Amino acid sequence: MDLSYSPEEEAFRQEVRSWLAGNLPADIRDKVVGYQHLSKDDFIRWHKILAAKGWSVPHWPVETGGTGWNITQRYIYDEEFGLAGAPGLPPFGPAMCASVLHKFGTPEQQARFLPRIREGDDFWVQGYSEPGAGSDLAGLKCRADRQGDQYVVNGQKIWTTLGHYGDWIFCLVRTDSSSPKRQEGISFLLIDMKTPGITVRPLILMDGGHEVNEIFFDDVKVPIENLVFEEGKGWTVAKYLLGHERMGSGNVGGSKRELAALRTLAARELKNGKPLLEDPRFRDRLSRTEIELEALEITSMRFLDKMRRSGQPPGADVSMLKIRGSELQQAITELMMQAVGPMAQPFKAVDGGAIDHFTSRLAPRYMNMRKTSIYAGSNEIQRNIIAKMSLGL
Amino acid sequence: MNFEYSDEQQQLADSLGKYLASQYDFEKRKAIINSASGVSDTAWATFAEMGLTAIAVPEADGGFGGGAVDLMAAMEACGQALVVEPLLDNIGLAGRLVAKAGSDAQRAALLPGLVDGSIQLAYAGLEPGRRYALAPETTTARSSAEGWVLDGAKCVVFGAASAHRLIVSARTADGVSLFLVDPKAAGVTLNPSRTVDGQRVADVTLAGVQLAADALLGPQGGALPAIEEATDFATALLCAEAIGAMQYANEATLEYLKTRKQFGAPIGTNQVLQHRMVEMVIFTEQARSMATLAASKVDTCTDARERARAVSAAKVKIADAARQVSQEAVQLHGGMGMTEELKISHTFRRLTMIAQRFGDADHHLERFASLT
Repeated sequence: MDLSYSPEEEAFRQEVRSWLAGNLPADIRDKVVGYQHLSKDDFIRWHKILAAKGWSVPHWPVETGGTGWNITQRYIYDEEFGLAGAPGLPPFGPAMCASVLHKFGTPEQQARFLPRIREGDDFWVQGYSEPGAGSDLAGLKCRADRQGDQYVVNGQKIWTTLGHYGDWIFCLVRTDSSSPKRQEGISFLLIDMKTPGITVRPLILMDGGHEVNEIFFDDVKVPIENLVFEEGKGWTVAKYLLGHERMGSGNVGGSKRELAALRTLAARELKNGKPLLEDPRFRDRLSRTEIELEALEITSMRFLDKMRRSGQPPGADVSMLKIRGSELQQAITELMMQAVGPMAQPFKAVDGGAIDHFTSRLAPRYMNMRKTSIYAGSNEIQRNIIAKMSLGL
Repeated sequence: MNFEYSDEQQQLADSLGKYLASQYDFEKRKAIINSASGVSDTAWATFAEMGLTAIAVPEADGGFGGGAVDLMAAMEACGQALVVEPLLDNIGLAGRLVAKAGSDAQRAALLPGLVDGSIQLAYAGLEPGRRYALAPETTTARSSAEGWVLDGAKCVVFGAASAHRLIVSARTADGVSLFLVDPKAAGVTLNPSRTVDGQRVADVTLAGVQLAADALLGPQGGALPAIEEATDFATALLCAEAIGAMQYANEATLEYLKTRKQFGAPIGTNQVLQHRMVEMVIFTEQARSMATLAASKVDTCTDARERARAVSAAKVKIADAARQVSQEAVQLHGGMGMTEELKISHTFRRLTMIAQRFGDADHHLERFASLT
């Protein structure tokens, strides 16, 4: 039993840390730390900096541009990103689409798409959910009809994160409606967002931000070479992707940074002339949150250690980290918002007024973070997964 | 980074587990609790034979020089079986105090016996009405011509009745001191009772107890750091014991969900129960992480503050998890979970008491915050 990182791992941490200190653009960091949304340009600029360093796709095979780091190094890398206020690259291209292409793509598809994903030339988004198919994804209806050497896509996707930035979208579509099982007849298609017939409509969330979208497909023509794996076998691809979600969904690094910021904030805020940090009610809630994070960090390390030994993907363990990690993120933003009291209320300057850029983001951030227990498999779905896979219920 | 138990640690836990499964099952445990002494001498001898009493004792004193991490898996096994002998109190608390604070002569007189099982010790620290305070106030020791005279009262002393020596904390003119006291000495009165989870404790009254000068254990007036260290060490062991009890509660509850049928189907097919079961498992995993942290820190920390902070963080998590898991285990067992007949109700009792022992969640939350 040894809870510490090896000297080599510590050295690696230092390497990542000092590189981030020298290369993360200050304006991007300020946006992350100040809870502002990043523009497409911010993401691409940061992606290109990482790509130039060779760090944009650490988890890929070395042959296609991966770093060859082990899972502990990747975990440290993610944690340092969180601590530094560096945005993680949106997962849709580098993590998700690339993972599918590595496993199921033809050599032509790999050669065509992977380098551009690695270099940040194409911004990918994910077309899974539909109005009638959320947690029950197999109920999807968006259809692709084969006509000669192309598919004609009609239907709708929803909750497309950063869909308005997208150059390409990978979609689950129904290519055969006659299958008795709903999981059959689904296919995995890559669609150029510049194709005529695609409409992106923003869905503004309660924090006022434009992050997710609805996407409408109206006779969108997709060449058949953009089909990944076999026609009708898209569910196999989707399941593979779910099983290979990366470790680190607990967001330990980011939560550590935010809790430190919360401490600073609570030391500055006064209640009855004394720092809020000394108020027993507030302090207890803060302490519990800190302890929960400490537990989550060690649980993450334990699962990492287990994965390294077994060489197996994490399975249902990741669901546990997702549940507690998301709850923790929500708890932190709630405390953060409450820590500034009435100053959490001003949201937008009007008529030439001015507001505090930081405190005005805290309530929207709290609201935005409600998504974490809903997205990427709601926490209820995660509990279903644990009940079924780990407990045999 | 390595979260696996070593082969030795695992082997010890396995053989202990095997022994407890065959010789310390639910019925045999009940017989032990209902016996006159409330403890099993055979079990104690077996614990000693297996080396449990030797692990944390320094090599120079005849032990193995191990730590809390070496005892974790074994303590888990004790928690699974709801062991009632004062093992934790001897090896984690009283033995620790002798090993850390004792003179050469005191260590030589007591530790080999602790190791071979022939001597038991009990730490008398708590005082009535003063909750979890570690520094004594109402128990006093004044120096006399022969040595010391002790007066005061201690409460809830685990293993007092089977102890050959009590280690009593008392206030001396210059601070906090520890004394070795023969429980049969004149002026010492034991008022024994059984705890709600089947262990033997006693309140101890000290009325003009005469002690020789060499009864002083550790520095005169400066024993508080040793008491804090031993209590943190014992708390780390208690956390591991809690993990074992929670593990049992989870296994038993899961089994019940799969076998108990209502409305023509196992009750575990209900999503509301599945999700509650999953929460029990998550609570236990998070608690296990913190128990591991606590054991590791009491073994490796040179900084008392860092050690105490980690132990308090762990105890908060363990207290919360013990409460959640035990309450849910009973709820999911329905009426059967309430009965004496099922081990789950006894596990509930143990987990409830563990949640409070050495300080409840509020106590440790406060200590954690003061150290952060």
